[in-house]
Amino acid sequence: MILQILLTFSILSLVAIGGANAVLPEMHRQLVELRGWLDDATFSQLYALAQAAPGPNILVASVMGWRIGGAGGMAAATFGMLVPAAILAWFMAGLMHRLRGAAWLKPAQGGLVPVAIGLILAAGITMAEASHSHGVMPLVVAAVSTVFVWRTNYSPLWVLAGGGMLGAALLG
Amino acid sequence: MPEAPPPKTVIPGPADLFAGYLKIGLFGFGGVAAWARRVIVEERRWLSERDYAEVLGLGQVLPGPNVGNAAVMIGRRFHGLSGALLATAGLYCAPLVILVFLCLFYDRYGQLPAVAPVMAGIAAGAAGMVIGTAFKMAGKLKLRPEAVAILLLAALGAAWLGLPLPVIVLVLGPVSIALSLWRAGLIGAAAR
Repeated sequence: MILQILLTFSILSLVAIGGANAVLPEMHRQLVELRGWLDDATFSQLYALAQAAPGPNILVASVMGWRIGGAGGMAAATFGMLVPAAILAWFMAGLMHRLRGAAWLKPAQGGLVPVAIGLILAAGITMAEASHSHGVMPLVVAAVSTVFVWRTNYSPLWVLAGGGMLGAALLG
Repeated sequence: MPEAPPPKTVIPGPADLFAGYLKIGLFGFGGVAAWARRVIVEERRWLSERDYAEVLGLGQVLPGPNVGNAAVMIGRRFHGLSGALLATAGLYCAPLVILVFLCLFYDRYGQLPAVAPVMAGIAAGAAGMVIGTAFKMAGKLKLRPEAVAILLLAALGAAWLGLPLPVIVLVLGPVSIALSLWRAGLIGAAAR
């Protein structure tokens, strides 16, 4: 069982171009539809649970692993999800190091920059849309936070704390 | 491409690498992209804005989490295998501990802790933080018009059209690389 979990998440790791949000539909297909390890409602709840913790969203895999196979399942899912992609990144970094100095490398890598920033922007917009289900207030918080982080160098912790307190006061 | 005042970068020691990534993981509510940039570029100045954006861009086209891939590559750049392991361990260890506690709580009570409104407020703040980070990076890098167009197309495709990210990366990536090479005078009737 643990081995199956490890194998399933290793495969997910290697198709996860674009990270956690990109792999979520495939994760659902594998865990719910193909293997029947989780039902629909549990899958959604576990996703929400993972969102409540800080850290990379990819750790949603760890929570799923926990539910499927306890502590061992969590370890297997986390290891499977992180390690294959990390090994690939390791060898990619080595390749880049060997190619350094090639005239085309810097401009080619620079070409990926706007795509990366565009996808960050998209992630923020998607998050703002999701928070809209709690009314208009979250959108105001998101707008203020956008300007705060964009135009100042103060720690973003202020807007996170402020958003949390406003949430407690107005939505609770 | 001109980049406003050339920022001095510092080389992190192994412990600094771990501590920096520990902070990124621990503070990264709603995803870690915004915090990773803040810690690496603004607070600790391991990489310039452009260097970081390039590593992140590479991390984005590889499978797996972009910030996690960047941690492996940045860790390797400074301290080889131990650097990659330290950065990765720093990034994931605190969130994993917190997740274990959340899972135990969930197993016992079968529901999320009653902090949903607080989390909603934090999530809204985090959404703005992520958007603001994108604006900040775009502004500091002084992107060319065609790069801004690619940026907006990527955001449009992912946020509003709901296209799968591999499709966006595979379509816009090569186009954007070609444009960038053309700007550098390396392909086409370039040299403008």
